Amino acid sequence: MTYKSAAAYVVGGLVALGMLASASAPMAEGYENMVGDKKSGYHYSTPATQSIQDDDFNNPSFLWVDQGEQLWSKVDGKAGKSCATCHDAAAKSMKGVGATYPKIDAKSGKLINIEQRINSCRKNNMQAKPWKWESNQLLGMTAFVKLQSRGMPVNVSIDGAAKPYYEKGKNFYNQRRGMLDMSCSGCHVENAGKMVRADLLSNGFSNGFPTYRLKWQKLGSLHRRFRGCNKNIRAQPYKAGSDEYTALELFVTHRSNGLKVESPSVRR
Amino acid sequence: MANKIKIRVRVPKTAKKGQLIEIKTLISHNMESGQRKNKKGGKHPRKIVNKFVCKYNGKEVFVSDWHPAISANPYLAFFIRAEESGKLEFSWTDDDGSVYTKTASIQVN
Repeated sequence: MTYKSAAAYVVGGLVALGMLASASAPMAEGYENMVGDKKSGYHYSTPATQSIQDDDFNNPSFLWVDQGEQLWSKVDGKAGKSCATCHDAAAKSMKGVGATYPKIDAKSGKLINIEQRINSCRKNNMQAKPWKWESNQLLGMTAFVKLQSRGMPVNVSIDGAAKPYYEKGKNFYNQRRGMLDMSCSGCHVENAGKMVRADLLSNGFSNGFPTYRLKWQKLGSLHRRFRGCNKNIRAQPYKAGSDEYTALELFVTHRSNGLKVESPSVRR
Repeated sequence: MANKIKIRVRVPKTAKKGQLIEIKTLISHNMESGQRKNKKGGKHPRKIVNKFVCKYNGKEVFVSDWHPAISANPYLAFFIRAEESGKLEFSWTDDDGSVYTKTASIQVN
């Protein structure tokens, strides 16, 4: 009899657990991520989805974050270094870093995002093999680095050398494409908050990436989301990590400036 | 996360005798349902966690059988009554026979 009440509580999936998590959620009570008329994707999620994100224990992204944390101090490559060799404790050295990418890489003069920054560090400083895009390692490290900026406002710069990339991203964003002849802005600016078939359109802010999508059943990068969006409008997607998508990421992230970083978030 | 199974368990460190405590568990697992088709038209073989057991000082207090509709990286929360200090053992049994385990201890006053 003692333990019988437990049996009624089996929750296998991730979707059905809203009522469970809300009881002990630290962030849930009135968590708000809005600036002016900007509204984080969190506010477009159902309470059940929000509650998964509210408690770090429930948030499956942390399976990847844990892996990223381990990799942080793991020596790899010919130079015999780990991330920690140069950067020491991530909690200190990476604080705020994730909120400022994509930015211009001083060495190459090119626009790079966090994933590319991590891989360039691996290649040049550690002399290790760069991680594949969407690999668990790269996702884990990206999420781990971005987590250090959680709660801080997104703050990317579009000055100087970043300006042309910003313009390129802006053009991409407003350009109609694909067989459905739709642009990013057509949904995420002009019709945000409305339904597209059964889905609620968000403002398309990037402050929660990498994000655990319930549809993907895993953590995923922003570029994966771009690819999915492009496929949905029957356009030929670009490669993840391509210049087109990095420029688009700059534009989208600049749109999100001021919103709090939520990475790693949970979305439907 | 196909390569390595990761487990997270949250058990209160201390509890009063007779108190209902919430146990939370999360395991990284693909939960391949066996329904998905591969490129050749065949099916990805089923590989899911099919059984979860929680033992409290050696005694089974929570058992559940899992089936293919359960999502990847399954999260499970349940309540037990704290009776005595000791060890909680959690185990997940995979279709291929491997068992993933984790233990946690609790202090009951």
